[in-house]
Formats: sequence, C-alpha cells, structure tokens
Amino acid sequence: MKVVVNFDVCMGNAQCMLAAPEVFEVREDGFLYVLQEEPPEALRAKVENAARLCPTQAITIEK
Amino acid sequence: MRSVVIVGASLAGFSAAQALRRRGFDGKLALVGDEPHLPYQRPPLSKQFLAGAWDRARIDLRIADGLQLEWLRDARAGALDLSRREVALADNRRLQFDGLVIATGARARKPRWHEEMDGVFTLRTIDDALALKAHVAARTRKVAIVGAGFIGSETAATLRKLGCAVTLIDVDRLPMLRVLGETLGGVCLRLHQAHGVRTRFGVAVKALLGAAAVEGVELEDGTLIEADCVVVGVGVTPNVEWLADSGLRIDDGVACDASCAALGAENVAAAGDVASWLHPRYGRIRIEHWDNAIAQGDAAAQTLLAAPGKAPAYAPVPFFWSDQYDCKLQLIGLPRPGDALRVVEGSLDAPRFVAVFERDARTTAAFLFNSMHRVAAWRQSIESDAAGLVQGAVA
Repeated sequence: MKVVVNFDVCMGNAQCMLAAPEVFEVREDGFLYVLQEEPPEALRAKVENAARLCPTQAITIEK
Repeated sequence: MRSVVIVGASLAGFSAAQALRRRGFDGKLALVGDEPHLPYQRPPLSKQFLAGAWDRARIDLRIADGLQLEWLRDARAGALDLSRREVALADNRRLQFDGLVIATGARARKPRWHEEMDGVFTLRTIDDALALKAHVAARTRKVAIVGAGFIGSETAATLRKLGCAVTLIDVDRLPMLRVLGETLGGVCLRLHQAHGVRTRFGVAVKALLGAAAVEGVELEDGTLIEADCVVVGVGVTPNVEWLADSGLRIDDGVACDASCAALGAENVAAAGDVASWLHPRYGRIRIEHWDNAIAQGDAAAQTLLAAPGKAPAYAPVPFFWSDQYDCKLQLIGLPRPGDALRVVEGSLDAPRFVAVFERDARTTAAFLFNSMHRVAAWRQSIESDAAGLVQGAVA
C-alpha cells in the first residue's frame, strides 16, 4: 500500500491524523507530513478511513 | 435484505452507498438525487471554488469504483409509502425497497423578507455558487451578506479577498454567536473588521431594496445598506416535505433513534443534514457538517445491515472547521450556553490559540484557532470527557 497526498488541496484539517496517527501528522507549521509512505497492511483500514474522512479528498491509496 | 434505496445523492447518500458495499451488501442498490450534476464537495463552494482557486473537477466528490448501483440523477423523490415499501418519484416512477436510507439533506432557508431578484443569492448548491461567482465577476462592487454563521462568514472572507466592499449583517450581536458564544464571537468579529469588512450586528433585516435588481438592504433600525449583491446565509431547512404522509416522525428532520434508524418504521435509516437522531451523549441533535455526513452514512448502512436490535449507537464527537481569511477555525465537541470558556494555549489576540469550554469540571469542547496540529490531542481529551456525559444532558 502506498499513500499519496495531493498537497495542493490539503487544507491541514487533520482528520487523517485522527484516523491514522501512525501515518499522518499535521505539525505546528500547519502542514501535513506523511510519516510512512508505504505503511504496513495492518494499517490499511485506518488509512482507508483517513482517505474517506479527508475533507478535500487529498489522500489516495495506491495498490 | 435484497434491495436498498438511498434517497439523496450527496455526501451522506454516497457515503451510505459505499459503506453498504464495503460492509458486504451485495443486493440491488439504487441512489436517487435531484441534481443533474455529478456529486461535489460543498465546503469549497463558499471558499476555494467561489474564489476561483479551485475548478469544478477539483471539487468532484470522489466515489469508490465498483459500487454497482443504479443512480437516478435529476430525479426527485415525491413520496414514501411504507406499507408498500416504495419511494415514488416526482415523475411517477416507483422504486421498491427492503431497506431505505434517507439522505435528502437540507436547503438554504429563505426568510420572510427574501425576494427573488437579480443579485440576491443563497449559497448551498453548485448552481448557487456558479451564479454568485458569475455575478461577482461581472459587476459586483458592494456586497451585503445577511447571516454571520458559517456560510455568511466564509463568503464575507472570500468576497472581501476578491476585492468587494462587504457589509456583514446579523441579528445576533456577534458572528457565529450561537455556535461559539460571546468571547469567540468577538474574536470572529475582530477578524472581519481587521480585513475591512463593515459589520452591522444586533439588527434584523427589514426588506430588500430594488425592483428587478437588488439595490440594497433595509435594516429594522432604518439604516439602508447599499449593495448590488446580497448573499443570504441564515441557516437551512431539512428536506422532509416529501415524507409528510409517510408516517415517519419529523422533528427538525427525520427523527431517528440512537442508531440512526427512523422512528416508526422498519429498516429505514437517515443520515446527514436531514437526520435528527438521539445522540447517546447529547440527546436529539442534527449536525450539518462534512465528517458527520460521511460517518453517519456509514452508521445508517450499519444499522440497515445489523440483526434486529443489534444496531450500534452512533455517538460521534461533533467536529467542524471553517476557513476565514487565512485563518482556520476548528471546533471539537459540543459546547452549550453557559459553559465556561478558558484559553489554554496562547491568547485570544495571538495568531493561534486553543480555548476550551468547560462544565462541571469536564471539557465539553475545544476551539482551535490556527492550531491544526493540536486537533488529535484535543479530540482525545474531549472524547474521554464526553464518555462521562449522561444521555439526555442536552434537551
């Protein structure tokens, strides 16, 4: 699983960080950092939930 | 359950459709929506889309592949017959169902003084946004915005940044007062004023001025506000009229139990702006926000698929965000009038701060101003405190 974020549309709402803190972190600068671009399968449900909740649909999961 | 009909093809409806499939429903699935358009994201309509920064393609609602649904566009539900278990469309087509999800949303409320004339807008749909955008691009210089809630405040910020002269009007004394209370309402007021928005608060609108085209707004105190564009953002009305003879209980939306199952019916659930459900912690509420439409669509799907009596309660901690000027406002939880406000990070006049609402030694909500990095931490804190609230705490 590969996590791709479209940073042009990310608005830093941090919904993804709530859903999958192992993978997404919004830092003090207001920007999103992807902590693991290829997270383990065990996190798939969480990452999918993060992608679903993103208000700007900035997160895509490949494979 | 062999067939499910979902009425409402926006975020909550599509969320329910995707959740049904994700959760293993392999029967017939039909989705009915009254707009001709592909589904779209509403939050950018008052922000990036109105500003012209994002185009139509960028606000398309992303929909999972392989949903295998019959999607009826431009089709309006006219009535629900629970004994026959069918939805009648306005064009007389009938759709049979075993399970039904009601996700018909809400529409912009039009107050008594509202008149349809050139230059008067509400902002709820993409057609609304396109019309407003075109009007502003063509000839707007002076905008009056009536209502300083989410839509009004965001629209004021967007149009101000586009160079319009903006007057923001509300019958309440402060913007966002009913959601955020006095102190934070004051922060919002100063934000508008700092960006050169003129504000008229604590006074009601009496009438719109103009004949074919709007020329301004007359306030109850006699003031005339000149405007060639008026945006009315005074809340929404749930779309429940089509259910009038259905036997479903309507109470500020479709009245549901804690699991989002409609009262007075079997295998009928509701989700999104139209659903008024019995939140286990807060009592009966209806939430008009993005993440709720997604999560409640899922909850409605779960409820339809659950064994009788086994549907889980839907008990989210409410969350919303708003982008105004270059500021991000986020609220986690549900404050009530009378909750004490305490600034816990930064200060009210700082570029970023966090303030919490408290009641009986519990944190009921956290307001984050330009503090997105603190969302996760505060959400956890609110969730653990909310777990201690008892049912019916809010009337």
